Amino acid sequence: MIRLTELTKRYGKFTAVDGIELVVPPGELFGLLGPNGAGKTTTIRMIAGILRPTSGTVLVGGIDMQARPLEAKARLGYIPDRPFVYDKLTGGEFLRFAAALYGLQGPAVERRMDELLELFELTPWKTELTEAYSHGMRQKLIIAGALVHRPEVIVVDEPMIGLDPRSARLLKELLREFVSRGGTVLMSTHTMEIAEVMCDRIAIVYRGRVAAQGTMAELRQQTSSEGMSLEDLFLKLTGGHQRHQLDAVLGA
Amino acid sequence: MTAPARHQPSLWIVLTPKWRGALSRVRHEGGGSRAKLLLLSIVAIGFWAAIFGVAYRVLHYFRGVQEIGNLLAGKVLGVTLLAFLSILLLSNVITALSTFFLARDLDLLVAAPIGWVRFYLAKLFETMVHSSWMVALLALPILTAYGVVFSGGPLFPFVAVAAIVPYLILPAVAGTILTVLLVNVFPARRTRELLGLVGLGAVAVVVVLLRVMQPERLARPEGFRSFVDYLAVLKTPTSPWLPSEWSAEMIMNWLTRVSDPWPIARLWGAAAAALVVGALVHRRLFHLGYSKAQEGAERKVRRPLRGPIAHLLNWLPPQKREFLFKDMRLFFRDNTQWSQLILLAVLLLIYIFNIRSLPIHTGERVPFALVTVISFLNLGLAGFVLSAVAARFIFPGISLEGRQMWLLRSSPLDPRTMLWSKYWMGTIPLVVLALAITGLTNSLLQVSAFMMAVSLVTIVLYTVAVSALALAFGVFYPQFGTENAAQIPTSFGGIVYMMASLSLLAVVIMIEAVPVTAQLRAWQRGEHLTATPEILIAGALVVALCAGATLIPLRLSARRLELMEW
Repeated sequence: MIRLTELTKRYGKFTAVDGIELVVPPGELFGLLGPNGAGKTTTIRMIAGILRPTSGTVLVGGIDMQARPLEAKARLGYIPDRPFVYDKLTGGEFLRFAAALYGLQGPAVERRMDELLELFELTPWKTELTEAYSHGMRQKLIIAGALVHRPEVIVVDEPMIGLDPRSARLLKELLREFVSRGGTVLMSTHTMEIAEVMCDRIAIVYRGRVAAQGTMAELRQQTSSEGMSLEDLFLKLTGGHQRHQLDAVLGA
Repeated sequence: MTAPARHQPSLWIVLTPKWRGALSRVRHEGGGSRAKLLLLSIVAIGFWAAIFGVAYRVLHYFRGVQEIGNLLAGKVLGVTLLAFLSILLLSNVITALSTFFLARDLDLLVAAPIGWVRFYLAKLFETMVHSSWMVALLALPILTAYGVVFSGGPLFPFVAVAAIVPYLILPAVAGTILTVLLVNVFPARRTRELLGLVGLGAVAVVVVLLRVMQPERLARPEGFRSFVDYLAVLKTPTSPWLPSEWSAEMIMNWLTRVSDPWPIARLWGAAAAALVVGALVHRRLFHLGYSKAQEGAERKVRRPLRGPIAHLLNWLPPQKREFLFKDMRLFFRDNTQWSQLILLAVLLLIYIFNIRSLPIHTGERVPFALVTVISFLNLGLAGFVLSAVAARFIFPGISLEGRQMWLLRSSPLDPRTMLWSKYWMGTIPLVVLALAITGLTNSLLQVSAFMMAVSLVTIVLYTVAVSALALAFGVFYPQFGTENAAQIPTSFGGIVYMMASLSLLAVVIMIEAVPVTAQLRAWQRGEHLTATPEILIAGALVVALCAGATLIPLRLSARRLELMEW
């Protein structure tokens, strides 16, 4: 379970996240949608314990991230949007290190690593340095790293970037299967189709606030947009580009 | 369709990200508070004043020696510039590998319509600045002392700049040529071994050069058969084919009012020729090498770091053990990191050779007082070396986690575990190094058992403290997102750390003067040294000071790490 209460993050005078309230119960895949700079990544990084909120609270599995960070983090798997890994470690070494960060070691971890590498088709690359990996392979490696300790909550920032269609499909199935077994997933994405197909509920974040949240039907109802696709609904809430802007850029 | 670019971007434009980045770093670091800026100014002025003071006294003494004073001053300048030249060459090779083949801006620059000459000059300039600024800063007070002692006049600064600029260009061009050749001739993935070879070669060259010159002989004219022999050695150029000698000659000619255009012609002619050759080599080989370097990501691991070391650390909990393993693997697999060990080896070898060459055990009655004083000074020098080594290897520890911090911060890793791992990973090798340097040099000096004990205990306590200081200053002044690990120690935080560690060293040395003086007094009276209250208090003070300098920074940095955001 994830619960955000009045979550706020300020950088000097700039408010990146402004009093967000959200609850994601176990067994739910929740989507965070919003234009660039809306505050999605900042929210996710606060949930993951990387950023400290200016005010408000984050509960992960019922545990306060600020009061008991180590316990809260032990329940969490975080997948960032940019797959930065240690270039000079092999895939196997990276996963072993990731498991050790959660206090795990031994033959059970080795078996788990092999399962994950197999699932993400990285077994032939296990002993190769990650600097030789493609972007997509790195992305798959950090997804494997987030799953190695069997978390109860997964927080994902733009999960499909860099993945080929086959891997993207695998990840979708994996996350759906994870929530069907009682896990919690909070995912940010720009891809409307993914959000529409995968998420049980969606929040549209705009300028640091939740502009609307609920199931697709609830969103349409809240915004009086019956029959609208998620993309149209999103653009209605957040605004879109103007024709003259396109003309200016393309010199038409 | 797009029209081809008609105008090449100027060198200034190509270098914009670099100089703007440097400016904003200065603003960010210096603009934070006036106190910081003031602190930095005091450190810089104090540092320059100290070097200037020593150089001034030595040169003033030389000036007073009739007939050979000027020759000695020229010789010392030549040897100093030669020592700098070896460091510059090695530093340029290491930096050129980074700026020409590994830097993050290369994709953008190579893809942009920038002509090869501009590209080469921009990257050469970047390499030269990164490799040379420390040497240039060090040379500034020394050359100023020369100008003041020999009354160089208002034009001397221009002469000095004219002598030093080509002296810096030549090793930079040589370094870039060597790097381009190496990357082309050998598979890029073998650059690690190649750099090792280049480094070993440089060590050998420097040691052989210094041994052949035997600069310490110049301090003992009585060692020569006749004064004429001594004069002949002084008059012979140390290394006539190297730019260090030409620069020294050009400067000394101005200072001693000798009109000889040859050193100037040789210096500038060689620099211009080197630039042309460097540019041609770059034109011919850079793209091939760059392409190879892109393919050159290492895939297979040669040393997986399992086996004996893994068993040795089996008793540790998994978080600590794997963190240590990870740091060791990253260090030994990263060329930009471990290659700095070569620089360290060069400096240490020169240091030990110099101690060995000191003319104190020359067959006469062993001067006990002299040996004790030198050993005491040696303790200070060893402390300085260890501070610098900690700046190179421990200070960047936290900065290097930069882009991977998401993993550490989102996991249940206690920041104290991270600090613990970084601390011991740096401290254990540093303590071994400290014991080796101090023990070895003290043995060469044949010091008393008391001095040996005082030196070893002090150096271990000091090392444990400077490791903590280096790590803590690295936490308080992190350099996330840096391209080259070698540049982290020269940041504002690195300089403040050096100041703090050297202040600690100065206080420790001042306190240690109490037992050392007591030993000298006892020796003068022909008595055995007894443990007086002053000696015990001095010992306790050093222990307390070093313990404080270890524990307080570590505690503060643990707190800081907990609050830090990425």
